[in-house]
Amino acid sequence: MGSRSSHAARIPDVDSIQRETGFSQASLLRLYHRFRALDRNDKGYLSRVDLQQIGALAVNPLGDRIIDSFFPDGSLQLDFPGFVRVLARFRPVDDGDHGNRDPKEPEPLNSRMNKLRFAFQLYDLDRDGKISRHEMLQVLRLMVGVQVTEEQLESIADRTVQEADEDGDGAVSFLEFAKSLEKMNIEQKMSIRFLK
Amino acid sequence: MLRAALPLLGLPLAGAGATEEPTQEPGSPGEPPPGLALFRWQWHEVEAPYLVALWILVASLAKIVFHLSRKVTSLVPESCLLILLGLVLGGIVLAVAKKAEYQLEPGTFFLFLLPPIVLDSGYFMPSRLFFDNLGAILTYAVVGTLWNAFTTGAALWGLQQAGLVAPRVQAGLLDFLLFGSLISAVDPVAVLAVFEEVHVNETLFIIVFGESLLNDAVTVVLYKVCNSFVEMGSANVQATDYLKGVASLFVVSLGGAAVGLVFAFLLALTTRFTKRVRIIEPLLVFLLAYAAYLTAEMASLSAILAVTMCGLGCKKYVEANISHKSRTAVKYTMKTLASCAETIIFMLLGISAVDSSKWAWDSGLVLGTLFFILFFRALGVVLQTWVLNQFRLVPLDKIDQVVMSYGGLRGAVAFALVILLDRTKIPAKDYFVATTIVVVFFTVIVQGLTIKPLVKWLKVKRSEHHKPTLNQELHEHTFDHILAAVEDVVGHHGYHYWRDRWEQFDKKYLSQLLMRRSAYRIRDQIWDVYYRLNIRDAISFVDQGGHVLSSTGLTLPSMPSRNSVAETSVTNLLRESGSGACLDLQVIDTVRSGRDREDAVMHHLLCGGLYKPRYRYKASCSRHFISEDAQERQDKEVFQQNMKRRLESFKSTKHNICFTKSKPRPRKASRKKKDGMANMEATNGKPPRDLGFQDTAAVILTVESEEEEDSDSSETEKEDDEGIIFVARATSEVLQEGKVSGE
Repeated sequence: MGSRSSHAARIPDVDSIQRETGFSQASLLRLYHRFRALDRNDKGYLSRVDLQQIGALAVNPLGDRIIDSFFPDGSLQLDFPGFVRVLARFRPVDDGDHGNRDPKEPEPLNSRMNKLRFAFQLYDLDRDGKISRHEMLQVLRLMVGVQVTEEQLESIADRTVQEADEDGDGAVSFLEFAKSLEKMNIEQKMSIRFLK
Repeated sequence: MLRAALPLLGLPLAGAGATEEPTQEPGSPGEPPPGLALFRWQWHEVEAPYLVALWILVASLAKIVFHLSRKVTSLVPESCLLILLGLVLGGIVLAVAKKAEYQLEPGTFFLFLLPPIVLDSGYFMPSRLFFDNLGAILTYAVVGTLWNAFTTGAALWGLQQAGLVAPRVQAGLLDFLLFGSLISAVDPVAVLAVFEEVHVNETLFIIVFGESLLNDAVTVVLYKVCNSFVEMGSANVQATDYLKGVASLFVVSLGGAAVGLVFAFLLALTTRFTKRVRIIEPLLVFLLAYAAYLTAEMASLSAILAVTMCGLGCKKYVEANISHKSRTAVKYTMKTLASCAETIIFMLLGISAVDSSKWAWDSGLVLGTLFFILFFRALGVVLQTWVLNQFRLVPLDKIDQVVMSYGGLRGAVAFALVILLDRTKIPAKDYFVATTIVVVFFTVIVQGLTIKPLVKWLKVKRSEHHKPTLNQELHEHTFDHILAAVEDVVGHHGYHYWRDRWEQFDKKYLSQLLMRRSAYRIRDQIWDVYYRLNIRDAISFVDQGGHVLSSTGLTLPSMPSRNSVAETSVTNLLRESGSGACLDLQVIDTVRSGRDREDAVMHHLLCGGLYKPRYRYKASCSRHFISEDAQERQDKEVFQQNMKRRLESFKSTKHNICFTKSKPRPRKASRKKKDGMANMEATNGKPPRDLGFQDTAAVILTVESEEEEDSDSSETEKEDDEGIIFVARATSEVLQEGKVSGE
């Protein structure tokens, strides 16, 4: 373990990152290697171009949105803590966490609510806290193939917003969004198992 | 019960009559013997089909009778009742005819009774859930069954050595292993019958059920191997035979699956062309699936696996290709056949048990077997779950394990297999038969009866039976994409990578080949759910009297119940029907509600979209209600989407595969032009780029280097160029956006 910790020591601020995200040392190390691998010119940070070079992302309909989610507030540089912070959402949920958690501390990044918030932010591009029909439509357009015509898409968007919208404001707030998905096993669907 | 027994009473009499020499034309009493006979009793001519029909009739009548009493059916699963009925009937037959007439014949069972059930379960199996849990299912099916077989066989042999089994049971280790292999397989029929009543959560169900289907291969192999070892005599077995046994496991299972997939492919392909001959579509489905079963059976591969794979594989394409009515026909016929077969199986099980000439009792063996199968199953489940939980995201907890071990029911397959044993080679056959009967009865009756209270008591997470709402369908897709993307970022090919890859492969090649053009155009899952939701709404709307006047009273099944007026459904219905007309809300709905204004707004939006030509890109371009920023952003996004699509086609042209999609082609062409124009506007509107072209060029090169093949034709090169340009431009857009939009 001695060599392990000396590697980990190369990661700047490893302790605070670990505390904030809850990753194990091994995972952090793996992520750090990945970060360095993605950072082609050894800049020390990632730019959008670096992430776009991941070929598979380009064919993922939500690829660009996800890349954007790594760069909050329009920043252009992604440092390692930021990288890890986003990925921490996808840690599997430990039941042990809930038991010992100090209720005064902020919710862990990989809690169900935070996972949902991450997904919500992908829809809600203008960050007004609501998914408008328009935003829903945009997502639909991204995700649906060319076969579906525009009309059909719009009807779908209407319907989707209607279903979830409870207070009748024509948009889906975060709480409504969470409620519409209460039956879905988010913890499983938004978790990558080897990111412990 | 009595009513059901009455027709049966006729049978033994007739049967008895048939076994005697058919008397020629007894006629009605008092008729002049020679000359024309007005009335003849020709039982022997219709005997066979009549009997079959009568059996099925009895089974169905029995079902009706059971369901008359709510209380009984809520307590006792149907399978129990059927077995008990079988016992009663068998007793009656025995009493009347002095010999057992009707048995569960292995031939009938394997050729006619089992295929419908397996086909039904394979076809309606939720494939996503199945593949999600495939690791667990395979572990339990293969490792679990092997474990059960060997330990039970060995334990029974040990019991014999210890003298608890009477010496008249002449069986060696191999015989016990053979017996262990056939008794240890969890039976799909029984599991289905019981679990469907119990409604545990879907993960648990799919694991137990998947296990019961997939262990067929293991059972078949073990049975055959042990059988041939016994026939060869234990002294002649060599090491190579063991190896051959192991190899045959792979051959049987993979071969069976391959056969199933081949037939699935054929089925999907043929249904593509049945547009003019709709009426034969259900027939095709059944025939080809049955052919898969028979082919696998003929090649001594695992027939159950074949049918399961056939059902799983063909479902998506077949559902797309066949008409709505055919779909309903297929669904109902399958369910009917399966339910009918299941009923008959259980009844025959009951009846066959009564024939005491076929079995011989040995208490030690029976009790020992019962104990061991329960014990070793529980042990096996615990051990495997412990191992699996290291790898599973959502671990299987104790309650799941209890249900899984308790839910390992044995059924008719074991019985059929034991009947098939050769008594000359295996002298202990009769004892085995008795034991099997007891085991099957015990598991189906006792375990079937008690599993419901057990589940309730343990408060297992029951399955929530709801059809997916549009939201859930959409978000499920979103999550899949998100997860796949994040995994790409993290750099580990998790499960979702493969699912994504499969889905892309499927979209590009398989769906084009196997689905009808028209179906392919509109076949998109989200649209499908929406379509079905709307149909349901339409039907219930009509059922509620179809009054437009008071929309307050309208409750539609797909919408969560809300007191506030649902979005006037008429509008939705008409919108959905795809009519190009711009509907005016005020004209149709006579009741003003608070949501009218909102409706009107949304309505005009829709109208705004509708007037423009139908290409998505263009329509989005011409939205006048979007603000300028949003417009730009939307442009860019759609643009990026096109870039992505360009990249895809870029990749596919590299691979020189069909770029001959005729339908989307014109759209792409027009979009290209649109892109060109939009591109120019965009670049003109942008401030001079800070980032030099070198950066973007770097991107191009790396993108290209990811494709290792070389492009061949010059035509594709031209495509490449265009693709590259847009990649470059788009990335600069993206990089610009971060600066321009000051969010």
